[in-house]
Amino acid sequence: MTGVRTSLRTVPPPEPAARFRDLLAAEWLKLWSLRSTPWAYLIAALAVVGLNVGQAYDTYRYWTTRNTADKARFVHDGIPLAEAFTADAASILMLAAGAVGAVTVVGEYATGLIRTTFAAVPDRRAVLAAKAAVLAGATTVLGALIAGVSFFATQAILSGRDIGVSVGHPGALRVMVASALLMPVSALVGMAVGALLRQPGATMVATFATLLVPPLVVSQYRYWSALLAHALPYAAWQRLTGAGSQTVAYPWTQGGAWTVYAAWALGAVAVTVFTVGRRDQ
Amino acid sequence: MIEVKDLTKRFGATTAVKDLTFTVRPGHVTGFLGPNGAGKSTTLRTILGLSAPSGGSVTVAGRAFGDRRRGLRHVGALLDAGDVHGGRSAAAHLAVLARGNRIPRGRVDEVLAEVGLAGAAGRRRVAGFSLGMRQRLGIATALLGDPPVLLFDEPLNGLDPEGVLWVRGLFRRLAAEGRTVLVSSHLMSEMEHTADELVVIGRGELVAAESLARFAARGTGAGVTVRTPRPADLTDVLTAAGATVSGHGPLLDVTGLDAPRIGDLACRHALPLHELAPRTASLEEAFMELTADSVEYAAGESR
Repeated sequence: MTGVRTSLRTVPPPEPAARFRDLLAAEWLKLWSLRSTPWAYLIAALAVVGLNVGQAYDTYRYWTTRNTADKARFVHDGIPLAEAFTADAASILMLAAGAVGAVTVVGEYATGLIRTTFAAVPDRRAVLAAKAAVLAGATTVLGALIAGVSFFATQAILSGRDIGVSVGHPGALRVMVASALLMPVSALVGMAVGALLRQPGATMVATFATLLVPPLVVSQYRYWSALLAHALPYAAWQRLTGAGSQTVAYPWTQGGAWTVYAAWALGAVAVTVFTVGRRDQ
Repeated sequence: MIEVKDLTKRFGATTAVKDLTFTVRPGHVTGFLGPNGAGKSTTLRTILGLSAPSGGSVTVAGRAFGDRRRGLRHVGALLDAGDVHGGRSAAAHLAVLARGNRIPRGRVDEVLAEVGLAGAAGRRRVAGFSLGMRQRLGIATALLGDPPVLLFDEPLNGLDPEGVLWVRGLFRRLAAEGRTVLVSSHLMSEMEHTADELVVIGRGELVAAESLARFAARGTGAGVTVRTPRPADLTDVLTAAGATVSGHGPLLDVTGLDAPRIGDLACRHALPLHELAPRTASLEEAFMELTADSVEYAAGESR
């Protein structure tokens, strides 16, 4: 055993200035020093890509059983691009991202680590802001990877029937970006719910309920219901990835859909950062 | 220096800490004592800014700790050995904390070596640690920022006898370096060989804040045992000097005068002494007596 520094002192030496990027680096380390993180990310990615590829393969396999009119409608309705990221895959992505986001906060509360964290960095809001930034960064990169791989894999498969589209296809990039960003938006929502509830079980249920139940309940065909629907991330994703030929009773703009993404992300960060302020830990 | 002033902390209808005032000075190991549920952990949490006081104030080096942006260089704390994520290694846990406080990575290995978790142990996941190892990791966490103020909540739990001895030595050394060291416990016997100063609380209120020696003297068991062939004469002399004397035959039990004074008096009156033994009350007795009214969870009592 070596001795601790044996300087006689009552006043600490000058302290280096507190920098936000140290907290970012600490949260980054915290994220990747858990063995479960890469596994959770890998499983989420494989599940989502798998669903998309499976759908594309299904189309490829049964293409020859369709008649000519059916094939023409399929292409005309823009379904090949829609298969770059299916609705089921989007739902699974939201679930996985919501859980990943919730765990970053709830994991600290459940283990008691949060007290150690806040004793080391009493500036709680900065800690949560760094956590949110790291989570948003990691899930954006992973979301982009998932959306990119899904796009190229599905279109490569569909190209076997000459119906695949390229990146330059109108709307292709939007489908990829909207699908990629669904991951950080959902992850931040999970994180905010975790910061509010702190309990693992309650947080998971509430996160899934927040992300997935409202889209099932609302309808596009009644005014108020449609208005509510237009405030949901899942509906925004549908609006951004849906083919242009679809008609709805109450249309809304792509700009509106992007705004919904931004509002949910910022709102979630605000909830995360500001609920932690004065509550006892 | 830790200054707790009129601290009150309520949780709903329950008052955990009430009008608590005490000061913890540098250069000493201060024992923070009280029965289970006395409010020790609540007080430590308010010192660290983890809980907001309902009334009064708590400062460390003149400032509320919670107002600081980074903490490890100011206060090192072991609140609960379980306050770690079991999925991380000890080294990773410390590296995260060090990074956020701009403490060089090399310091992690230094403190791991200091607490006896160097090498393979530091790279194992904390989930597989015994309570004793977790306590050591908690102590390493407290030492990480080389802080002038250190708080330890029940640090001896789960440590083996060698570990207890080591921790006592460590606390003494930290205090000798001029640091403020506050160590909580619900067992007086643990403090007997560790602390110089004591802060004793019961049911959230201050019972005593004084040196260990003075606290021990409060116990009714304190006194001096004297053996003399002339007990009757000595009894007269000592009683005249203000002592209370009891006993049978040559063995007297004296309270109210200390051993040197008794010896001097005996000498002046040419009374032979065959034995002169100061008897300190057991600290445990003093503690039990003082906190008897304030035990939150007494066994066999309906509340």
